[in-house]
Amino acid sequence: MQETEAVLNARREMEICNACRYCEGFCAVFPAVTLRREFSTGDLSYLANLCHGCRGCYYACQYAPPHEWGINVPRTLAEVRAETYAEYAWPQPLAKAFERNGVVVSVVVALSIALILLIAMAISAPGQFFAARQMTAGAFYSVIPLWAMQIVGTGSFGFSLFALWKGACNFWKDAGAKQSITIAAIAIAAWDAVTLKNLGGGGDGCNDNSEAFSKRRRHLHHAMAGGFMLCFAATTTGFIYHSFLGWEAPYAFTSLPVALGTIGGVLLTVGTVGLFAMKLVEDPMPVVRRLLGGDVAMLVLLAATAVTGLFLLAVRATGAMPIAMAIHLGFILALFMLLPYSKMVHGVYRSAALLRRAVERDMKPLGGE
Amino acid sequence: MPDRKQTYDVLIAGGGNAALCAAITARQAGASVLLLESAPKAFRGGNSRHTRNLRAMHNAPNAVLTDAYKEDEYWDDLLRVTGGNTNEEMARMTIRASSGVFDWMKDCGVRFQPSLTGTLNLGRTNAFFLGGGKALLNAYYLTAEKLGIDILYDTEVISMNIDDGSVRSVDITYRGFPETLYARCVVASCGGFQANLEWMREFWGDAVDNFVIRGTPYNRGRVLKNLLDQGVAAIGDPTQCHAVALDARAPKFDGGITTRLDSVPYSVVVNKNGDRFYDEGEDVWPKRYAIWGRLIAQQPDQIAYSICDAKAFPLFMPSVYPAIKADSVGELALKMKLDPAKVIATVDAYNAAVVPGQSFDNLKLDGNKTQGLTPNKTNWARTVDKGPFYGYPLRPGITFTYLSVKVNDKAQVLMDNGQPAGNLFASGEIMSGNILGKGYLAGFGMTIGTVFGRIAGQEAARRARN
Repeated sequence: MQETEAVLNARREMEICNACRYCEGFCAVFPAVTLRREFSTGDLSYLANLCHGCRGCYYACQYAPPHEWGINVPRTLAEVRAETYAEYAWPQPLAKAFERNGVVVSVVVALSIALILLIAMAISAPGQFFAARQMTAGAFYSVIPLWAMQIVGTGSFGFSLFALWKGACNFWKDAGAKQSITIAAIAIAAWDAVTLKNLGGGGDGCNDNSEAFSKRRRHLHHAMAGGFMLCFAATTTGFIYHSFLGWEAPYAFTSLPVALGTIGGVLLTVGTVGLFAMKLVEDPMPVVRRLLGGDVAMLVLLAATAVTGLFLLAVRATGAMPIAMAIHLGFILALFMLLPYSKMVHGVYRSAALLRRAVERDMKPLGGE
Repeated sequence: MPDRKQTYDVLIAGGGNAALCAAITARQAGASVLLLESAPKAFRGGNSRHTRNLRAMHNAPNAVLTDAYKEDEYWDDLLRVTGGNTNEEMARMTIRASSGVFDWMKDCGVRFQPSLTGTLNLGRTNAFFLGGGKALLNAYYLTAEKLGIDILYDTEVISMNIDDGSVRSVDITYRGFPETLYARCVVASCGGFQANLEWMREFWGDAVDNFVIRGTPYNRGRVLKNLLDQGVAAIGDPTQCHAVALDARAPKFDGGITTRLDSVPYSVVVNKNGDRFYDEGEDVWPKRYAIWGRLIAQQPDQIAYSICDAKAFPLFMPSVYPAIKADSVGELALKMKLDPAKVIATVDAYNAAVVPGQSFDNLKLDGNKTQGLTPNKTNWARTVDKGPFYGYPLRPGITFTYLSVKVNDKAQVLMDNGQPAGNLFASGEIMSGNILGKGYLAGFGMTIGTVFGRIAGQEAARRARN
């Protein structure tokens, strides 16, 4: 991690926090601060990714602006966090995607949809693209052949997984724990990541736009992440049905893949729309407005993926199916490709930071009584 | 927007813990309440903003406090720090009441946490607010708004006009413009005068220019002076204030908790002439930090320098300002603008006087001492010889003043003739001198504010609505 202005400011703030320690009950960041006297760039990268942005410390801080020290931990760490995404990105030339992330996400989405539409239209027989469909086995593959879906899907997703893994390795080398990783630490970190324990602000949740606490953001994030995982489970189940059981899509409304996908899609829509609505009314002080474009673009992409999936389900027996499917697959392709180059990477680095915290959980705070 | 023309049942001057406790209690008792805070919203809450805990009596462990802390032990602690400068009846009433505030505080949204680090071992006696004093205030202000209490920020009380033992009107400035307000009862909860440097100068002379005021710059004692000028009885030594040792680089106001330094017991402390002047290891730091403010205030130019070596550096809380660091004592002295020859001589003399052989233990009085020095260091004395060397400049940091208005156990303000004022109550710092006339117990200011705030609110509401 480089010594940027954001890093220098984060170090200044963490040193003040370390002499205060009033916020240690809020989340994992502050107990982690008390374990050290000096903060290397790697330590600051770790703390930045450990911060879930609940904002509890901002409203509780006696040194928050307009105090001359101007302590604003959620914003300061968000600035560093954004820099770490670019710092650890693989391959490095693509780190530029984080500079104007909202634009990048939007353009990739548009191009993906156009690409899939072109493939679909090129493949289908002349005049057949808008024709009414029968819900017979293999109907989807008459629009886009299975092999094409598989090549594009596994290719883009596989590349992204590899890039995320490289990024995680870069993070761990720079900002990971020095001690060895134990099974117990992995279990603790996984639990903390899945439950969003640190979005709890000490039990009553986050600050949305004032000193008042609410669990809204945590619940919406659960809906979004849970919905995402259900959709993923739907795809996996479909894959098993097709490859191992020989059952070809489309499946009945009551079948497992469709049920999982439907519930997942609804949850994903509720979560993303809710989180987007919260961004409209949030207090601008403890957040970085500059990063809003990328955040919102990702929420919109997720919401659009879910909504187009549900729409496809609704129209799958009509002539609108091919175009609905092409658009839906376009969004999914964009999502796959953007995993390592958008807000989505926060899941990887946050989990890695939680792992370091779990590894260091028995270290004793420095100083004090 | 509050209708400032109406006659409120209860008008509260102040916006800290005591004021909020009074306001919420009065409102819960059915009174209409107007609260006037002289600070802007961002700096609301007076010194409570910088607090962290409340000292509470308890006969058995509870959700936030370990073990037991019973009335007699609490009273003994208070008696010891005040040297008898207290009022036993009122103090014991406050102590007993402190055991019953938790449910009410929790209902107001206040949250507690188990004490963790950097807290001077207070887990048994003190309940810690999750997020500290500002988080507590946020909870109280949210509750106050929800209950329909009218709140004006940037509003300073200039005068509570007393006639025939009752406040008839209250002169204020609202965002800089003068107005007169009316209320059936008035509660003064607006702190001491430690941020009023001109007033402090009357007692301390130009030494105040070298004092650091730890808390809010808004506690200027305007209401305190106004009431005392109108025949309200005073209590507490007007010349005295609570002073601790702080990092000299702290801002003049509002540096809060972080500017404290815990290095003294593990250091050699010299004045600007390079001379030691007091036993750095007399007792554990929680029992000594408050006398060091006064000790430094008595040194030339009210400054001192704590010097330690690499052995001692990891033993105390990290400081908010980086230590001044050097490879030799002489270089360190130069960096702190002290006479290097003098400081080297002092440190050499100290090193030569250290009695070797004892095992070092920073967690208790370990008996490591010097012999033949004036003054000797009586605990944690180790040679200062392992580089790098670290130094901190120290100044007196003023927490609060003791001068108060006299009250009775119903929080009624007493006049010079001993009679209670008809409709004037007080709570918090402005009356703490009734109970805490000298010294300090960690978290006791918040206890007085909470207990008397609630009494004042209750009594004011009852009187206003009768």
